[in-house]
Amino acid sequence: MGKGDVKLLGAWPSPYVLRVKIALNLKSVDYEFQEENLGSKSELLIKSNPVYKKIPVLLHGGKPICESLIIVQYIDEAWSDIGPSILPSDPYDRAVARFWAAYVDDKILPAVKGIVVANGEEAKVKELKEVLVLLEEAFILKSSAGEGKPFFGGDEIGYLDIALGSLLGLLRVTEKSFNVKLLEEATTPRLVSWADSFCTHPAVKDQLPDTHKLFEFVQKVVYPRINDHI
Amino acid sequence: MGKGDVKLLGTWPSPYVMRVKIALNLKSVDYEYQEDNLENKSELLLKSNPVYKKIPILLHGGKPICESLIIVQYIDEAWSGIGPSILPSDPYDRAVARFWAAYIDDEFYPARAVNRIVVANGEEAKAAAVKELKDALVLLEEAFLKISGEGKPFFGGDKIGYLDIALGSLLGWLTVTEKTFNVKLFEEATTPRLVSWVDSFCKHPAVKDELPDTHKLSEYAHNVVYPHLKEVAAAAAN
Repeated sequence: MGKGDVKLLGAWPSPYVLRVKIALNLKSVDYEFQEENLGSKSELLIKSNPVYKKIPVLLHGGKPICESLIIVQYIDEAWSDIGPSILPSDPYDRAVARFWAAYVDDKILPAVKGIVVANGEEAKVKELKEVLVLLEEAFILKSSAGEGKPFFGGDEIGYLDIALGSLLGLLRVTEKSFNVKLLEEATTPRLVSWADSFCTHPAVKDQLPDTHKLFEFVQKVVYPRINDHI
Repeated sequence: MGKGDVKLLGTWPSPYVMRVKIALNLKSVDYEYQEDNLENKSELLLKSNPVYKKIPILLHGGKPICESLIIVQYIDEAWSGIGPSILPSDPYDRAVARFWAAYIDDEFYPARAVNRIVVANGEEAKAAAVKELKDALVLLEEAFLKISGEGKPFFGGDKIGYLDIALGSLLGWLTVTEKTFNVKLFEEATTPRLVSWVDSFCKHPAVKDELPDTHKLSEYAHNVVYPHLKEVAAAAAN
């Protein structure tokens, strides 16, 4: 299939777009990337995602798929015979991966918002750290099943690695903005090494937004409008 | 596999529990049902879903699966050789079904269908909230037209599927909403395909014995759910 067959509408700071890029890389899919200006959305974006008008949108043979985790599952299924499986093969493991990915989407951004709105207040930072500790425990449970593997997905990155890993940039910016530590040896040691393994993975490392650029963007654009964003 | 192998923790008013029951019925799975009490949650519930402490929870061979749509997908995959497929087979159709099921849970119910209407202050605000709900139903009608295919009874085509279950499980509560706020949600003028779909869904063998008593549900809404929503809204405003 030609590159023209797969198109991704996105924006460079978006962790949700990053999820899709990583999944496409894992499956070695050639695609065309269109950078969207969220202040002035393209006709194609509005036509492809009329319900939410949000990125990412994946267009495959012209047909749009929306919502980052739905897109990642689509990629796993549409290119099921190529590259690693993104979701685990066992139905129970799949349910567990889906549960924690949904938890990530449920809890992390609202917790970040809580910190920003309260200007780094300790109680709000504690809330996010508790979320991360739960994910640390989930990682330990997964790892004990797979004997100290580097990723939630085992030897290879998978669905939950992608769901959580895509938010590392935002977590790092939040740490820097409020001079706090969110992922640390004392509370989330396994996630600290996991974060390193994730960010150096071949399907990931060239997709990570520049931390300095992201920091400026989040400070200038995201935080001031945090009540609109979430 | 013996009945003891599959256990469902739920409560009778929950549309999310109903989703799981329908899926289990479609796959002819024998299961044990435990009615839980949300005012006094069982040890098993708390142990099986420590993160959210909510129902439904499916226990299969003692292992818990949580979140209704995740459970439905699990049932489809764990009993994949038995009965109809719940999700479509084509990856694109699957993505579309997942999109609309997520829309239903994020944007439609309880968001517009209940939350905003119940707490709306004054007639104008209520009318605006009702309009938002009806607009959402028109979106779902349009989705039905695109997804189901020429003259088919269900979102899943000839047979009920993931999206039918996601939306259909809410019909009892939507009826309560209609009665409480004196509105018609599904009507020939705006959502004709969905009107017939409601009928087909409710008559389906895997569904008809699981439909809640709307009178009982209405009482529960007025005595428990709506006051709670108003309390939460009032607390948030202060």
